[in-house]
Amino acid sequence: MSRPHGLLAEFHTPAEIVRAAEAVHAAGYRKVDAYTPYPMEEVLDALHLHQTHVPKLVLAGGLFGLAAGWGLQYWSSVIEYPMNIGGRPFNAWPAFVVPAFETTVLFAALAAVFGMLALNGFPHPYHPVFNVPGFATASRDRFFLCIESEDPKFDAEKTRDFLKGLGASEVSEVAP
Amino acid sequence: MASRVEHPVIGPGHTFATVTDKISSLVLTTKTPIGWFVGFGIAFLLFQLFLGTVTLLLAKGVGIWGVNVPVGWGFDIINFVWWIGIGHAGTLISAILLLFRQQWRTSINRFAEAMTLFAVACAGMFPILHMGRPWVGAYWLMPYPNTMGLWPNFRSPLIWDVFAVSTYATVSALFWFVGLVPDLATLRDRSQNKVAKVIYGMLALGWRGSARHWANYETAYLILAALSTPLVVSVHTVVSFDFAVGVIPGWHATVFPPYFVAGAIYAGFAMVLTLAIPLRKAYGLEDFITMKHIENMAKVMLATSLVVAYGYLIEAFMAWYSGNTYERFMMWNRATGPYAWTYWALILCNVGVVNTLWSKRLRTSIPYLFFVSLVVSVGMWLERFVIIVTSLHRDFLPSSWGNYRGTPFDWTMFLGTIGLFLTLFFLFIRFLPVISIFEMRTLVPEAAPKEEKP
Repeated sequence: MSRPHGLLAEFHTPAEIVRAAEAVHAAGYRKVDAYTPYPMEEVLDALHLHQTHVPKLVLAGGLFGLAAGWGLQYWSSVIEYPMNIGGRPFNAWPAFVVPAFETTVLFAALAAVFGMLALNGFPHPYHPVFNVPGFATASRDRFFLCIESEDPKFDAEKTRDFLKGLGASEVSEVAP
Repeated sequence: MASRVEHPVIGPGHTFATVTDKISSLVLTTKTPIGWFVGFGIAFLLFQLFLGTVTLLLAKGVGIWGVNVPVGWGFDIINFVWWIGIGHAGTLISAILLLFRQQWRTSINRFAEAMTLFAVACAGMFPILHMGRPWVGAYWLMPYPNTMGLWPNFRSPLIWDVFAVSTYATVSALFWFVGLVPDLATLRDRSQNKVAKVIYGMLALGWRGSARHWANYETAYLILAALSTPLVVSVHTVVSFDFAVGVIPGWHATVFPPYFVAGAIYAGFAMVLTLAIPLRKAYGLEDFITMKHIENMAKVMLATSLVVAYGYLIEAFMAWYSGNTYERFMMWNRATGPYAWTYWALILCNVGVVNTLWSKRLRTSIPYLFFVSLVVSVGMWLERFVIIVTSLHRDFLPSSWGNYRGTPFDWTMFLGTIGLFLTLFFLFIRFLPVISIFEMRTLVPEAAPKEEKP
């Protein structure tokens, strides 16, 4: 039989999961994930998961959008097909500001959404934690903490007792 | 929260479980309320009116509409601006109020965003169909390498409009979908029906509430809000440029961008109220859409109506102050000419009726507020009629003056888009959660772990 994915502990209140997350991090576990029904700053703080690369992707997307929008307008109006309309300059930069602004926002937003989805590994229909029967309540009113078996400190017996000691109502093994 | 709270943003006694169960039950129930079928049926019939009109329009051409020289922009542009304006409240609620940490946005943002999306879809129909044969017109709207080697004229505000509106539609759709993902996971987990489970599961993309995911998610959501904020202001600004950059008396005014943006928010909040009031009644959502929400929306409507009234005042003042004969005539013609009744009806709706909301008793009377929200929608439609028709029908040369009125097909097209809008909205309230479930969870008392009593 292959190694389990990890041990999943169930908690009933936000305060319990925050306390448990702090304790788990303090005990030296690093391959840990929490599953909560709404975003919880306190859990992110406890597990030191605050780093995110989304802002860099958004900046890159926005700069790309600006360059692409401006480039398209300059190239098509000045180089590819210059057309005299009412004697206005071909490189009518004040007019180009508006579409360039819109493409900047468009590509920045696309980068934010698809970057976030990619960083989260979505779409990802299967995950071992879904095997735990009670896990469906993670999207309702229950809070879960999973110590994964890849963690060097992971030990099936000791980790289970440790999680029990943190006040988990249930600790289940997650099939891979 | 301030200490002087008359109405909370959520009814008392709610927990994570009750909030989740209540909102998801609207979608997962096996018994669709009879009222839904009645409403959807009416909306769907109106939508057929739209399809019929479009078929005729494509067969016969835009001649079935009333537009002609000198009024080349009639109902199509009036309706376009009207719908686009309505869309603005959704983004304002979901983005700007999020950045200002206004908790009361939480229970109304989801359906306001849906409203935005559907309103923009209706708006888009008009300029596209005004081209007559839209499949031929694509080359001057969209920059793509066509066989004629032609490119759009980027010096024209109409092209700015294409970019602004299409970006707005895309970003609104993304914002809406991103907000839905955790709730789709809730529906996947709670659905008893196999097919529904698979469909919601696919749409939820495998969301499981992981802390790592929430970290990326929250950042992306905030950034989207920050991007949408200047975007929403830019959209109606660009729409106003369609007029302000032109030389027609009554259009060529610098007050147009702020005046249009305020008008858009004003019209949008009126539509949110028009939708929210029956919705909370029909589905028993009074605990989530409380009197606080209703009253705050009324206040936003009142505040933006004052900005709009300032716009009307400045339009009249600048017409006189400019010393320009044509501008002065335009204003005189607007107030006393053949369309004077539309101008005074607009003033009555947008400056008269709405100012009764200074009274708290009227502002908190649900039937009255519903009535005012409908009056505002009519008023804003008249505003666009006044700006477009009275400016165009008598411009510089009396020899080119003329009159305008919508034909029956103009009306069926307009009513038809209302049908399209309501059809989409009825489908939305049946198949997707009308209130953001995961954000409502953050509002219940048990969601504050640090403040828990020992």
